[in-house]
This record gives sequence, C-alpha cells and structure tokens, in this order.
Amino acid sequence: MGTQSGEISAALSRALEALGAASSPEDVRSIVSQVTGKRGSLGLLKSSLGSIADIEERKEVGASINAASTRLAEAADTRIAELSASELHRVIERDRVDVTERALKTDVAARLGRTHLVTQATERLEDVFIGLGFQIAEGPEVESDFYNFEALNMPPSHPARSMWDTLFVDQDPQGSVLLRTHTSPVQIRVMQEWPPPIYAIMPGRVFRRDTPDATHMPVFHQIEGMVIDRNITFADLAGTIEAFTKAFFGSEFTSRLRPSYFPFTEPSAEFDIRRPDGSWIELGGCGMMHPRVIRAGGLDPDEWSGFAFGFGIDRMAKERHGVADLRDMYSNDVRFLEQFP
Amino acid sequence: MRVLLSILREFADLPNDADLVATALNSLGMAVESIEEVGIPVPGVVTARIVRTERHPDADKVTRCFVDTGDGREMHVWCGATNMGAGDVVPLATIGTTMPDGRGIARRGILGIDSEGMLCSPIELGISTESSGLLILPPNSPLGVDPFVVLGIEHDVVFDLDLTRNRPECWGHAGVARDLAAHFHVAYRGPRLSSVKHGDARSIPVTLSDPSRCPMFSATVLSGVVVTSSPNWVQSRLAHLGMRSINNVVDASNLVMLELNQPNHAYDYASVSSFDVRRARTGEVLRTLDGVDRVLTDEDLVIVNAADGTPVGLGGIMGGLESEVVGTTSTVSLEMAWFEPDSIRFTVNRHGLRSEASTRFERGVDPEGVVIAADRFATILSETCPDLALHEGMTIARDATCPSARRVTVRRHQIKRTLGIDLSVNDVIELLKPIGFNVTAAGEEFEVVTPTFRPDCEEEIDIIEEIARHYGYDALGKSVPSSTVHGRLSLVQQRRRAVRRLMVALGLDEAMPSPFLAPGDLRSVGLIEDDVLQLANPLVAEESILRTSLRPGLLSALAFNRSHRAPRVALWEIGHVYPPSDDKVDQPLPGEYEQLCIVVADADLDTALRQWNALCECLAVGAQLDQSRIPDGFHPTRSATIARGKQQIGAVGEVSPVVLANLGIDGRVACLEVDLSILLRETPKPVQARDINRFPSSDIDLAFTMSEEAPATTLQRALRQAAGANLVFIELFDVYRGAGVDDGSRSLAFRLRLQKQGGTLTDSEIGEIRDKCIAAAKKSGASLR
Repeated sequence: MGTQSGEISAALSRALEALGAASSPEDVRSIVSQVTGKRGSLGLLKSSLGSIADIEERKEVGASINAASTRLAEAADTRIAELSASELHRVIERDRVDVTERALKTDVAARLGRTHLVTQATERLEDVFIGLGFQIAEGPEVESDFYNFEALNMPPSHPARSMWDTLFVDQDPQGSVLLRTHTSPVQIRVMQEWPPPIYAIMPGRVFRRDTPDATHMPVFHQIEGMVIDRNITFADLAGTIEAFTKAFFGSEFTSRLRPSYFPFTEPSAEFDIRRPDGSWIELGGCGMMHPRVIRAGGLDPDEWSGFAFGFGIDRMAKERHGVADLRDMYSNDVRFLEQFP
Repeated sequence: MRVLLSILREFADLPNDADLVATALNSLGMAVESIEEVGIPVPGVVTARIVRTERHPDADKVTRCFVDTGDGREMHVWCGATNMGAGDVVPLATIGTTMPDGRGIARRGILGIDSEGMLCSPIELGISTESSGLLILPPNSPLGVDPFVVLGIEHDVVFDLDLTRNRPECWGHAGVARDLAAHFHVAYRGPRLSSVKHGDARSIPVTLSDPSRCPMFSATVLSGVVVTSSPNWVQSRLAHLGMRSINNVVDASNLVMLELNQPNHAYDYASVSSFDVRRARTGEVLRTLDGVDRVLTDEDLVIVNAADGTPVGLGGIMGGLESEVVGTTSTVSLEMAWFEPDSIRFTVNRHGLRSEASTRFERGVDPEGVVIAADRFATILSETCPDLALHEGMTIARDATCPSARRVTVRRHQIKRTLGIDLSVNDVIELLKPIGFNVTAAGEEFEVVTPTFRPDCEEEIDIIEEIARHYGYDALGKSVPSSTVHGRLSLVQQRRRAVRRLMVALGLDEAMPSPFLAPGDLRSVGLIEDDVLQLANPLVAEESILRTSLRPGLLSALAFNRSHRAPRVALWEIGHVYPPSDDKVDQPLPGEYEQLCIVVADADLDTALRQWNALCECLAVGAQLDQSRIPDGFHPTRSATIARGKQQIGAVGEVSPVVLANLGIDGRVACLEVDLSILLRETPKPVQARDINRFPSSDIDLAFTMSEEAPATTLQRALRQAAGANLVFIELFDVYRGAGVDDGSRSLAFRLRLQKQGGTLTDSEIGEIRDKCIAAAKKSGASLR
C-alpha cells in the first residue's frame, strides 16, 4: 500500500505541474486524457488494482486513485477557466483605445448647431405667452401704408408718423409700400382674419431708417401682444404685463405703467420692469386699443375692447447675454454665434 | 424740454422737493430724463474789484491782478484770462474754496510770487457751459459778497422732460405746473402779473390773407420801452433753461414763450405798425434772425409789414433780421399768433429750420393764450422800463376756423368699461376740473368742455385718458383676464420649430444677414437681378435692394468666416424673401415668403443631400430631384432642382464654381435652398400603424451597368415598380466605376428585400420577381452585370 500511495500522489503532482505549464484549454484537456488514459500514470495504476490481493487495501488504493482523478479534473477546469479568461483578456486588450483621444477627434467633438440669440429670445417669449393663453400671429414684413400707419390711427400727414424713420419701397404711388416700422400692423390683420376673442402675440422683424450703432440696428425684432375680448380694462393690461414679468423674468420682478403716448392706444403707457435690486428696466409701450384701431380692424369698439403692448426682442437678448454691441449680434461671425448653445 | 422748479413753484404751491416733483412728473406722463441742480452757491467765492493789473516780464501768458474784496486790503492773484481790466468786479475764489468741479484752491505761486486765490469764469462757477474769460459782474456790485446773490442766480433744479406728442401745453411751464398742481391737490396760480400802466388805445391793423394757415393773429403796442439788459432773475432763468440773454425785450419775449408756451415776437413799432399774413411769393427773399437769406416759395407763410408789403418774419418759425428791436426802440409791436400745425411742420422740413417757436407751433399752442401772455410780457418788461405802457386796443384778428373749446360727450359706462372703475359725477369733476376741463353731468353722460390748450383732446377716449392719468395708473389696479382661447403654436409654427431643432442637430449655426442687398449681390451669386424691389430712401446704396434669396447673405457670411479662418462654417437661415408681385396695381405687396437656406464650407453635395433628406423626414414631405434643370447659381453638374411636378421649390447640391470665384471662396460649398412656406403649410395626416410581417424575408442583390447620363432614380423607380407589392425596401448599396465597366457607365448595385403578406415566398416566386426586375431595368436602359 505504501508504495502505491506514493506513486499516486507523485503522478498527481506531476500532472498538476503539467497543467500549470499548459498554454491552452486544448493542452489541458490532452494532459488530463494522457494521465487518466490507459497508458497514463493514473490509468496504469488503476489497471494494476487487480493485482492487489487484499480487498480492503484494494478499496483503499482505488479510492485514492479516484480522489486523485477528481482532484485532477477540478484542477483542469480551473486551469481551463484561467486560460479562457486570459484569451478574452487578450482579445479585449487588442481593442484598447484611449477614450480621451477619441473624444478629441474632430468628427466626434463636433458640436451641435446654434439658433441665433434673437431666435432663442423669441422662442422663450413665445413659450411664456403661450402659457398665459396667447396664440402667435405673423404678418408680412413689407407692408402697405394702410396697415403700418393709417389703420393704426395715423392718417396721411399725421405728425406721429415722424416717430418712426420709415424705409419706403420704390414703387408707385410712392410711399404706399414700406418696410413695417413695428409689428403693430399685424394687429389689424389679425382682427380682420381671426374671430374675436383674440389673445395673440406677434413677434417679428421690423425696420427703421437708423444708422447702426451699439444699441440701434436698422433691422431688428419686436414682439407685440394684443387682447381683444369683452370688458377688457386697463387693469387687465397692467395685470397681464405683471403676469408676463413674473413668468419671464422671475417672481421677484415687478412692473409698473407710466402714462405715455402712442397713436394706436389710449390710454397709453410705458412699462418698466423692476429688478430685485430696485433698479428699473424701461421695456416697452402699451395701452388700451384705440377705438379707431378696433374699428379699422373691422370690430365694433362698443362691443369689443382690448389692449396691446410691444417691446424689443434684440435688447432682451443683448442684456441677458451681456452683449456689448448690438452689431455683434448681426455680424454672423461664427466666433460669436457658437458661444450660445 | 427743460423746466425750472422755481418757475413751477411760482405758478403753483408745489413741494420744494425735486425728487417728489420728479416722481409726480413721471407718473403724469412727463418722463424725467435728468434732474440737474443749478446755481449751487460756491462758498468761498466773493465779489472783488480789480484795483490794477500788471504784466510780469517773465510770464507772458498770465497777468498779475491786484484785487480788493471790500476791506481795502490789496490781494494778489495770477490770472490767465484777458477780458478784465482795472475797475471790473469779478468773482474771486479765496484760498480754501472747493470749486464745483472738485478742485481745491490753494496758495500757489508762479515765479515765486504767491496767488491768493483764483478769479473765476462762468464755467468754473457752474453757471454756464460756455464763456470767453472771467465773469464780469455789474460795476456797481457790492464787494465781498456771493456773486450769485449779486446776479440773482438762484439755487434751482432743472428737470429735462421727454414730452409726448399729446401734451403740447407742457412746452410751457404753465402746462407742467397745472398738471402738477392737480396731482398735489394745490391751486394753480399761474404767472405773477403786476399792474402795468395802460396807455391810450392804439390798435394795429391786421389782415389774415391766408386764414387756413394762420386763423388768428394778435398785436399789441407797448410804449415806454428802454432797451437795456434784463433783470438778474430773468437772465438767471434763461441761463438755466439754456437760452442766451440778449436784451430786456428779447429776453421777456423768450421767457414768456418758455413760461406760457406762447411764442411771440416784438417788432420795432417804428418800422412795423400793421401786419398782413400771406403766402410768400416764389423767389421772395427773407433774411431771418440767424442771418441766413431764405428764398421762399408760395408754400411758405410770411408775416408782412402791411405798410410796404415786405416780409418781416417766416410765420411761426423765425422773425426777420431787419425789423429786430434795436437800441433806439422805444415802442414795440408785440405779435402773437396761432398757426396751423401741419403747415408749420412742412415749412420746417422744407427749410430745415427748426426754432423754439416752430417746435411749439407744430405741436399746437393755445389760441386763447395771447392776452395773459401780453400781460406777462409787460410785467417782465416793466421791471426795467419804469415808463412802460401797455396800450389798450389789442388787435385779435380771428377767423372762424381758429380752434376753440370742444364739447365732448363721455359715457359713464365707457369710463368703467375702459378703466374698470366706477366713478361718481363728483369724482370725474374733481379729476378733470383742476386741469382745465369743464364737466357737467347729464344722466349717465358727461358733457366735457376741453380747454383750448389741449388740442389733443378731441373725443371720449382722450378724456378717459385724462381721467386715468389723474386717477393714477397704479391706482387702477392689476387683474389678469382669463384668456378664453387656448395658447398654442399653430401647426406651421410647430413645424418651423422642428426645422430649427433639426438644423441644430445637423450642427448648423443660424445666421441673420441683413435682408437688404447691394446692387450686384444677387448677380454675383448667379441669380437674376432684373426684377427686384428697391428702397426709395436707403441709408446707403449697399442696402438698397430687397433680397429675393437668402443665398447672397449666407454666402457672404460664409466668405467672411472663411477669411477669418473659422475651422468650420455651416450656416442656416430661415427668413423672408421679397420677390415683386406680378401685378403691382392689384397686388401692391410683394410675393413675400419664407425660405430656408443652408451653406456648408468644405462640403460636397452629399452633405446637402443628407440635409434635404433629413428635412423631408422632419416635415414628412417629399419632392423630386430634377438634374435636368440646373438651378441658378448652383454647380451645373453637381446639383439638382427640387421640384414638385412643374413647380420648382428649391435646389440642392453645390454652389457654382463661378460664384465661389466671385466671392473668393476656396473648396466646395454644399447648399440647400427651399421654399419653406410651402413645406410648412403641408399638414401630413397621422401615419396609421402597419402590422409587422412575421414571415421570413429574402434579399436579392442586382448589379446593373447604366449610362452616367441617366439618373439613378429612374432605375430605382423601375425596380420598385417591377418588384411590386412584395418589396419591403430597396437600397443602392454599391456604386462602382472602373475595370469591367465601360467608360461613361457605372455599376449600380441594388439590394431588394422581398416579403409576402401571409406567407413565405417560394424560390420560383422570388425568381419571377428577379426576372421582372431585370427586364424592367433593361427597359430603362440598364443591363445586368
């Protein structure tokens, strides 16, 4: 018994040693089959069992051989798992990249495009007014004298026409076609086309014969708001301006109205926004729609009343983003545009 | 308009608190642009007499002045001015004085000789913005006292008001004071009037030859005039209000205008004692007070000396130089009138001549304000002319067309409807009476008589505005109307926003070039420039044409950015273009529509095609690419027209090399331009869900050789038709040119995926489809490889 037991453990340790040196799962499997095969060290020991006379001893040696075989099989499994893992590892390693390098590649790093600051401001304003129950109306940028002036209570030669430096289209009769000086003509078009009640805002491009400077452009953008309903009062105007102020600027902002003059509204007002620090932003003009304007829109001012307000969009964008010079906003310089995602 | 607090407070008992008054002005609609303290005494500055002056041989730019401040002690001061001499009384800033500009006066020497102070100019004392040397005070001034006291210059506050068109009366202090008095609930007093001696009746004949332009003209005679300098308080007021003092007569005239908004003109009675107001004769020349010879036309209104028919003034704008009051004048004809505002405005524009008077007349002065204005003129003048007599018999020639008080009916419920407040009769009277409106109640209506100084108040709503102003805008409250419509974007607006998001996702930056183009801009990008709209009054010629395409603007922005070595330039714009209408009589406005344009530097047509496909997907629209029509300004062999049947709605491809050369752009430029209005207007119906076909599908790959001339879409269309209902998708997966394919042809390899509804396609069915496809391809000019 002593001799055989020594041979079994010697065979097992030789086999385990060989497993350790195996370089592939196939190697492992062939080592196992070699050792346990008929001519293998364990196989030979197994086949020599019959020569042991003593039953107890035979049982004992047989159990030792089985234990060694099991031990070998387990070691083989472990070794195969080890080898597979390192194979996968090699494959994965072959794929290795520097992610940060890839992140820098031009096509990967390509940024999204941009909307213009004016578009961004317009959409923000639109969204706030939609929340307040307004719809959005649009109108042509090249307008007739009628919509831009006459219907807005400025008959020909009305002195208030000089409040705007108008650009005219060279077309007969001269003066009849112009570039709209404000978005107010859309008020008339909306009244003519939409059935009341009307809650509408009218953003858009407007034109003045102004030399460009840091705060003026001959082409800029305004947003106009209009409400036509039954029993609309001045308090509704003030309340709407206040609601807009809080929704757009923040709840800690407030608004005030100061008497002013526009031909198309009466009573008219300027409206200012009070910042939390107590300073004021002079934002725009507003007022109750003049009965003559309501009439020009084809409605009866004794049945319908309303208010209108308007202010510049460009200035909002300019102040929000700290743009020093309005001309930069229209330079179309990518170095400017790309700053504002 | 500059307004002095002291005058306002003379006219009404207003608080002596500039900030309080400014707040009131703002809340009444007179926007305060600035508040300026003027005439602030400078402690340490006293009057001093120059005893003698002396030059120093080594200092040729300064003079040594020896002055006496009244105690008989001679003080030495170096002085750089040259307008003074021995005997003059001048202001001396003594050692230790802090000047208005913050400078401290210390003992300083020149050539080792100390200066015991500084002699001051009006600028240095902060009482004028211009001067040429020292302030010389009246010779009999007391010494050692505050020069402001001597001059009657009072510490005062100037409000600079931004006045609106509807408040002409505020161009005089009286109008401002009346509004403030009502606001502060104090009485409006108006200007101080002293009893001036009345002379015998002397009336001046006046003829109104053009009553539509000048329906009221008044003239008064004042005798006992001595032309001299004005009292200090008059000079002080004028200086603070930004006007130069001339002499007592002109100053009184100007002050009356500033106080009462009544322009007026004093003529030397010796030369003008009867008036006619008529149209000028074309070619007639008048030398106005500013010394310019004005050549007149029959559009101009002139005031004429009726005695000889010579013009003495351009009506409502400026007096003539010849008939000016002179030193020897002892009697004056004081003229005041009312001119039709529009005609004044036209004359001002025609001559480019604006004056304090015309500014007031073109807004509207009070046609009934002449009597009090004459009294005030006499009051001011009497201080320097003890023998002044205001003669009885003031002529007021008045045509029936001259505006007078209006009666306006105001419905009580309309006040409530507009302002949301329920006012009693008394409330309305209390609000309107103090500002000059007479109110009588008749049931639910008010009869309001408007004052003649408020020409803007013509109808009910004008009166309601006055009620609102004096009730206080803040007091009207704030409420939010409950919108009875649903706030939302229209479908077109939603689709436009989707396109904007797509542009961003495609990595494109939104540009906003000017919609104005220079002549030649359209031509240089290959577009037709014959039929465009031009501006009648452009600021500059470079901005005189209204664009008919967004391309010139975007391409020039692209060129600009390229020239600044921007690493990537990919721009888009959605904007209006303005092609002229075909029939400008029936349709005077242009055929304005919205365009989308994209330009990408260093990119070929694949980029533009990808963008077009993405746009189609985004908007669920489609159109054909027609390469047989070369779009203007595009690359002739690498672009296609985007068409819907015969209608051309855009173009896609690359910008023409000729255009790129014109603009100095290197590399290819991908470009897409479409009529976005058409695409946005479409309203795709909701797509209905299809069942997923779970039967197996089969692919067949077919490669054809086809002439380069024939469009690949023709072949694809033929294959699609031939494959019929079992075709799930078709794609062009390979294009090959080279060995094995004839020159002038290419190989186009298509993959067709076939799948049958409700079953599996058999091999023979697939074979049949394959044969049909090959036959159809052959018919369209392609042969199987």
